Amino acid sequence: MTPAPAFLGYARADGKVGTRNHVLVVPTVICAAVVAERVAAAIAPVGAALPHLAGCGQIGPDLTVTHETLAAYARHPNVGAVIVVALGCEQVVAQQIADAARHAGRPSHIVSIQGEGGTVRATARGIEIARELAASLDRVERAWCPASSMVLSVKCGGSDYTSGLASNPAVGRLADTLVDLGGAVVLGEIAEIMGAEHLLAARASTPATGAQLLRVISRVEAEAMALGVDIRGTQPSPGNIRGGLTTIEEKSLGATHKAGERTPLEDVVGYAAPITKRGLTVMDTPGLDVESVTGMVGGGAQIVVFTTGLGTPTGNPIAPVIKVTGNARTAQTMADNIDVDVSGILTTGESFDVAAQRLFTAVLEVASGRPTAAERLGHREFAIYRRNPTI
Amino acid sequence: MITAIVVHDRDNVATALEAIEAGQMVSAGHARLTAIDTIPRGHKIALRDIALGAAVVKYGSPIGNASSPIAAGAHVHTHNVASARGRGDLHPSQTARTPTDVGIP
Repeated sequence: MTPAPAFLGYARADGKVGTRNHVLVVPTVICAAVVAERVAAAIAPVGAALPHLAGCGQIGPDLTVTHETLAAYARHPNVGAVIVVALGCEQVVAQQIADAARHAGRPSHIVSIQGEGGTVRATARGIEIARELAASLDRVERAWCPASSMVLSVKCGGSDYTSGLASNPAVGRLADTLVDLGGAVVLGEIAEIMGAEHLLAARASTPATGAQLLRVISRVEAEAMALGVDIRGTQPSPGNIRGGLTTIEEKSLGATHKAGERTPLEDVVGYAAPITKRGLTVMDTPGLDVESVTGMVGGGAQIVVFTTGLGTPTGNPIAPVIKVTGNARTAQTMADNIDVDVSGILTTGESFDVAAQRLFTAVLEVASGRPTAAERLGHREFAIYRRNPTI
Repeated sequence: MITAIVVHDRDNVATALEAIEAGQMVSAGHARLTAIDTIPRGHKIALRDIALGAAVVKYGSPIGNASSPIAAGAHVHTHNVASARGRGDLHPSQTARTPTDVGIP
């Protein structure tokens, strides 16, 4: 009998499973970002900083989203311990971020730049704590965890004609397989569902979930239209258009393939909000790659499968991002960024199912600790979705 | 003969896997047709005539409408297909911001 698919992960006290075991260094505000990056760099590659542009000058929903995204990373299963680097006068509350980690069973510390007395002392104090935390995490061992404990983010970026014809359908079969095994899949980028929403809504497990999806898409479309311009030029992007994609509808129909062909849509959630259902969840993220991946990882995805036609380097500070291309030229010209080449689907007749099986093997290996191209190259992009002005 | 991929039976366009010269024969699913335009690799060729305003169909779903009449064998792209979505330029909202409202004064 074939054993059930499993990977070597980190079983957390809160029941979640990590694929990495980082010491997360969270700046509460942009003013603390440099100190946070220096602290994390001192314990690379275990240290992971979250440099961001927000944390002050924000009101209403944006401030909430910043807070919730940082807290979501602090309790993420890929994080073993947390250091919050505060300035001291900002809006984001350091204690709340530290508490999010502690409630999830992770050690957490706060270093305040104003409290410590400047950059030099705060950096030194942060590094001292970071080294102790890194040493303690080093003693934690991986254990076999079922594939059902996986939350997989599916993403595409730098799309061209091969994305919808090869890589996205292959990832879609991987998504269906993972959901069959009891796992969860999350799809973001609401603008890139525009034109394909009828297919996803028809797969909604309840009429209310389908209606919710259509509402979110209408809102994003109305926001874009309120600017009084044709969305074409950003959706699709100039590179998408050169790569053969004519309209957002065409891009969306190709992009939506990566969410599976039959898996029911179980939930629609807000940006970086917890993914609680098995099966497919749609998250309200923008189409910008880094903001989208940041949100889906915040929701709990421990691993990202990211298809690209033109090639793109995007990674994430705490989650491995596996790059997949269906474009044979890109597999060669951007070889250092690509993890899995499925261009054989178009050139040698490799079946979607065989390609999906290779992808699943890669996902289990990476989840068990094998570094991705983005990790090897130090790609740790992080950006929080912002919709309101900075005040 | 150059191959172009047809994804769905309802599609009226196919995707060229290699660049196609005008006059070349193209194999697209069950169809054989002659290209009347140069079509870059990865771009689309019309499988049959598409009338002005008619839906251009790929993956079995509309990807936009023909913004000019498209003949079988023609290159199908932004010059002759209009998106039906996110067209703030066609439906200006009362709250639309002009360029002078944003950015550097």
